[in-house]
Order: sequence, then structure tokens, then C-alpha cells
Amino acid sequence: MTKLTFIAHDGTSFDVEAENGSTVMENAIRNAVPGIEAECGGACACATCHVYVDEAWTAEVGEPEAMEEDMLDFAYDVQPNSRLSCQIKVRDALDGLVVRVPARQG
Amino acid sequence: MTDVIKTDALIVGAGPVGLFAVFELGLFDMKCHLIDILDRPGGQCAELYPEKPIYDIPGWPSISAQGLVDKLLEQIHPFKPDFSFNRMVSSLEKLDDGSFRVTTDENEVFETKVVVIAAGGGSFQPKRPPIPGIEAYEGKSVFYSVRRMEEFRGHDLVIVGGGDSALDWTLNLQPVAKSVTLVHRRPEFRAAPDSVNKMYAMQEMKQLEFRVGQVSGLTGADGQLASATIKGGPDGDIEVPCTRMLPFFGLTMKLGPIAEWGLNLHENLIPVDTEKFQTSVSGIFAVGDINWYPGKLKLILSGFHEVALMAQAAKRIISPGERIVFQYTTSSTSLQKKLGVVA
Repeated sequence: MTKLTFIAHDGTSFDVEAENGSTVMENAIRNAVPGIEAECGGACACATCHVYVDEAWTAEVGEPEAMEEDMLDFAYDVQPNSRLSCQIKVRDALDGLVVRVPARQG
Repeated sequence: MTDVIKTDALIVGAGPVGLFAVFELGLFDMKCHLIDILDRPGGQCAELYPEKPIYDIPGWPSISAQGLVDKLLEQIHPFKPDFSFNRMVSSLEKLDDGSFRVTTDENEVFETKVVVIAAGGGSFQPKRPPIPGIEAYEGKSVFYSVRRMEEFRGHDLVIVGGGDSALDWTLNLQPVAKSVTLVHRRPEFRAAPDSVNKMYAMQEMKQLEFRVGQVSGLTGADGQLASATIKGGPDGDIEVPCTRMLPFFGLTMKLGPIAEWGLNLHENLIPVDTEKFQTSVSGIFAVGDINWYPGKLKLILSGFHEVALMAQAAKRIISPGERIVFQYTTSSTSLQKKLGVVA
């Protein structure tokens, strides 16, 4: 299992154990992390699972692909470390990953 | 006063569940009229993920969302439903005879015996960008769609976004506006390459300005914009003249005016019983993702089941006292006639 930490907009942090191969979004929903809506259910079609990847992790998590970059245009307050959490797959190298939830999802 | 449109069932939302409701109601000879805020049928399937395969439609190991919509349209074709697109229902009033008068934001008036709310996650509405104080300018100098191009004549126009809406209106309003500044957070666009090329060509000729960045602030008074600040671009924070703004940040789903219809709500969903899928108001049904009951699953297949039961209850309201005979489409000649498969 891989440990993920979500930090909600109010600062509350949620540590969750995630299965490799699942998406960061699925783990947020499963653990009822507030502020992740995932309206489209993980189809990279709505930009409501937007997160900010902690600066220490941006290199390991990597850059969004073109389709995700297009969807990020619709996200609220996009920053250079913005990602859609449905497009980040959990793997060993992400053990300890920290992501922050924005104030709103659009 | 506009002409009243009369129908048996007014279906709010033309997504997969609303479409299949036409089929089940049609088997009971009920005429349906569908209203949707989008410009075409299919709801989320058409708007959010038309190309994505769906794997849990019984009988279809894999079908694209648009493919499912197309098949549903084919299936309900014999019942000749009427559609009103680009409309949002605004008000609803129960009449003395138990029927309903429903009006839309385009001031059409419907009189219907039953109302079927199949509005999914709610109506698609434009997303508001994260610009402090933007609310104060909405409808006066900030618009989320172009209804009349004249509204922009002679104005310093700032268009925000990188899709087809943003690019198309940049090109179309350029001859009308005093100046056009297109703002997008990156130099890549989702829009048709041809439009992007045209935009860059016009920028070369100084007919418009494209700036990479995000709008971070607005100045103005009494709803009238004066300028916009753009941050995050190569030139640092800059202020550009802006008396009209068109942000195009896509769509989000909101329950909208349905919330004011006096129905009981449960966290923005509409509670129903699981026999009739009726709301707290007799004659108003809710099916698909918008309803709630213990054990509810937001699946298209659950919505299909719900409309079959709803149709029985709706028929009882429309034809009180009439005996409802349960029939199969495989064996009933009368159903097959309605479907147009036998003469």
C-alpha cells in the first residue's frame, strides 16, 4: 500500500492508504476527502478533481498529458503544480505524496 | 401571451434517462416534450464524454456514450417526441385540475399532465472564473455567452479562455469591438487549429492582442468594467482596458430553478419513493441521477428501471380508473403497433 496525504482547503489533512494502480481521485472519494467532486467519475472530462501537487512531489508526479492540460483550462485557479487527480495513478514511487485541495472545484 | 404548448408529459432533461422515459411513457400512449439547456440530446453523455466507452449497459459489452444516445434516439423515434433545446425551465405552477403550467427562460408556456425531472447533475451553466468581485459585473459588462453582438460594439473587449467559444468570438467580435484582448493561461489552445491560426495572423496585423496569463482583478463601478489586470504572463502584471468581458471556462452543473419548486430536497437531490419515483408533489416524478432514495446508485441502468415504474404511475394519473394491462413488447401486438414494427 502507498500512503497519500490530502490537505483540504481548511488545512485538515487526510492520510490514506492507497492501492497501486488506483487513481489519486478514487482514493479521495473513497475516503470522503472534502473538495474533490469528480463529477464525471474519472473520465478526464470535468476538471472537478483538481489538486495542487506539493512542490516536493511535482517532478515525481510528472506533467499532465495534452488531454488533461486541456481539461485544466476549466479548473478553478490553475497553478503550475495543478493536476487532475483522476489522471495520477498511485505507484510505489509516490509513497508519501502530498496534494492540496483548492478552494473550489469551478 | 405566447401560445401554450400542451403535452402529456414534460420531461426536464434530455439525457439517456429522459430519452428512455419517452419510450416507456410512449408505450402507454403518452406524448412527451423534452426540454434541455444544451443544444442537443444526450446530456452528460453528449456534453462531457461522447467518445468514452460505457461498459455496464446490459446487452452492450461496450458502447460509446454518444453511441448510446444515438441508439436511444432511434429507439424512441416511433413516439415522435418534441424537443426544446437551449432552454431552462424557470417556474412551475400546479393548476386546479391537477395539471401543471411550466415556463422556460425563453418565456414559453407548457401545460402538462405530469412533469418528469430527469435533470441528472442539474443544468449545465457557465463556470465563473476565479476573479475577485466578478459577480458585481455579471449581466452588465461581464457575459458568459453572446446573445447579441451589438452588445459589444465599440467596447474594449477581453475574452478569456482557450476553446472554440473563446476563439470563435475573438474572431467574430473583432470587427465590432473597439479592441479585443484574448487571455489564455497557456499558448496552446483546444480550439480548431484554423481559428487559432487566424487569431495569430490577426495578432501579427495588430488587429487584436493575445496575452498568456490569467485575469486576476477588475476595476470599474456600478457594474460597468473599466480595466482588467492580467497576471502570470511574460510581462508580469499588466492592466488592459476592458469595458466588456466574455469568460469561457466551460460548464458546471447546478440544480437551478428546480430548487425553488417547493419539492422536498436531500442535499440537492430530489427524494422519491421506489414504487412510483414520485417526488413530494403528486404528478411530479424524478428519475436518474437527480433523485435520491435509500440504496440509490447513479447508474444509467438504474435510471432505465426507474422510468419503467414511473411510467405506470404516470399513466394512472393521466387515465384514472383505466385498467393497466402489463404487456411485453415481444408478444403484444398493440405495443408492436405503437413501435411501428407491425402494421
